[in-house]
Amino acid sequence: MNLPIYMDNHATTPLDPRVLEAMLPYLREDFGNAASRNHAFGWKAEAAVEKARRQVAELIGASEKEIVFTSGATESDNLAIKGVIEFYKSKGDHIITLKTEHKAILDTCKRLERVRQERLDELKLLRLGQLAERDVQPEDVAELAVKFDLESDATYKKWAELPTGGARVTYLDVEPDGRVSLEKLAAAITPKTVLISVMFANNEIGVVQPVAEIGKLCREKGVLFHCDAVQGVGKVPFDVEAMNVDLASISAHKMYGPKGVGALYVRRKPRVRIAPMVDGGGHERGMRSGTLNVASIVGFGMAAEVAKQDLPEEAARLFRLRERLRTGIMEQLDMVVVNGSLEHRMPGSLNISFSYVEGEALMMSIKDVAVSSGSACTSASLEPSYVLRALGVEEDMAHSSIRFGLGRFNTEEEVDFVIRLVVDKVRKLRDMSPLYEMAKEGIDLKSIEWTAH
Amino acid sequence: MAYSEKVIEHYENPRNVGTLDKNDPNVGTGLVGAPACGDVMRLQLKISDSGVIEDARFKTFGCGSAIASSSLVTEWVKGKTVDQAMTISNKDVARELALPPVKIHCSVLAEDAIKAAIEDFKKKRAARQS
Repeated sequence: MNLPIYMDNHATTPLDPRVLEAMLPYLREDFGNAASRNHAFGWKAEAAVEKARRQVAELIGASEKEIVFTSGATESDNLAIKGVIEFYKSKGDHIITLKTEHKAILDTCKRLERVRQERLDELKLLRLGQLAERDVQPEDVAELAVKFDLESDATYKKWAELPTGGARVTYLDVEPDGRVSLEKLAAAITPKTVLISVMFANNEIGVVQPVAEIGKLCREKGVLFHCDAVQGVGKVPFDVEAMNVDLASISAHKMYGPKGVGALYVRRKPRVRIAPMVDGGGHERGMRSGTLNVASIVGFGMAAEVAKQDLPEEAARLFRLRERLRTGIMEQLDMVVVNGSLEHRMPGSLNISFSYVEGEALMMSIKDVAVSSGSACTSASLEPSYVLRALGVEEDMAHSSIRFGLGRFNTEEEVDFVIRLVVDKVRKLRDMSPLYEMAKEGIDLKSIEWTAH
Repeated sequence: MAYSEKVIEHYENPRNVGTLDKNDPNVGTGLVGAPACGDVMRLQLKISDSGVIEDARFKTFGCGSAIASSSLVTEWVKGKTVDQAMTISNKDVARELALPPVKIHCSVLAEDAIKAAIEDFKKKRAARQS
């Protein structure tokens, strides 16, 4: 067994040797540009890319014509959301998503909200200028808006309903187990809703969303469904047909492929349209211009093929390892809580809070194991994980969380080592924790007036 | 987070972890921070009648810097008079441990813990004398 042990497979995964082997020729002699239609170098590159496109499509039950290669899932998420909002702006501008989505979704939505707000601010100035018959400065808006009753001004209201290029966004809460309520999702849909974006499996807590049910709802309501499927694809069965997914983001490096390559699935039947974000030579059917990263795409294809082939066996193996880790820790330590649904969860995923122990301190003391923490102390901000907070996890428990991500190359021996290490270090840190001592003495920590910072 | 060697050294071999009898009239207890903020520091000082700090113990819930900061101040205050201990500032702690900017908070907590423990001791003494 080699140290340190890698158990942060949510963040990224090592390259599978089979993937590397497939890539090497395209980094050496077969260096052609897949867009060069006039010679053998180009044809070879193009054929390799098309093979990879099929391999990726097959993993998610799509046709190869529905796969658009991108630089990774962040780009795929941006392209899906901004692309749909721009293309369908005359139809509506409302997006529904979850508070527990990845920042690639949340920050993209926030950007679209800002665009809309800026446009509305301009319209306000324009309309108030008309009404006041003079130039209006931003600092005068509040006063004049009241004077001219802008809120009930028919012209302004009509203008405000015109497409802005931005979007209105509803960020839905999740239930305490981390899953979205279908009733709440259905209730949030308005006549202006064009897109629902809900992830497949959560990167922090590993909880799997009811994607098929969401797809069914979207289809019934005539709303497009985008799914950030990065974490779950290759680990849990994912099928765009069975799940009625219209757009899906995936990434190679989360399934033992190379970094810097991903894909956006864009449905053909019924056809989904998106406006491109990158203009250029019209690669990828105009949806994503730019010379294709052939070697990485080939690696992505191989990673998808291996994932599809290994999935049933590997999922069962990871589930056994995860349960061994979970029960091994929980049988020996009290006051340990699993964050998010245990039932609806990726097999290799475990996010747990160790009461009265701070997550980053625990990470430091188990430095032979690479994991992540939802504690704010690992980041520049002092807020603990927004995902855990959205589940209603108390702040002190959010500071005490550790994310274990088991993957293809973890072994039982490693799991047993990690159990021993974690149990030992949690005990040591609890011996050093005033909170643990107080809790053991029966003091209600909530009754104490803490000095906030 | 890349830490200095001193932080790691104190974190791995913390000095003076433990509990003193909080009912002892010569023991002052300072409890600062908040679980919701991710750090709580408890510093206990045993202070002689002549005002010399004879012993110090800490327990801390917090990150590596918070643990190292508390460990360091227990070493520093021992043997000092109350007045000398009051002059220890968070800047001294941050400089000694080479804390990164986002962790300055931990050194502030350590300074506050010393002041809170001494205040507790003074309160106890005042109560005894009245």
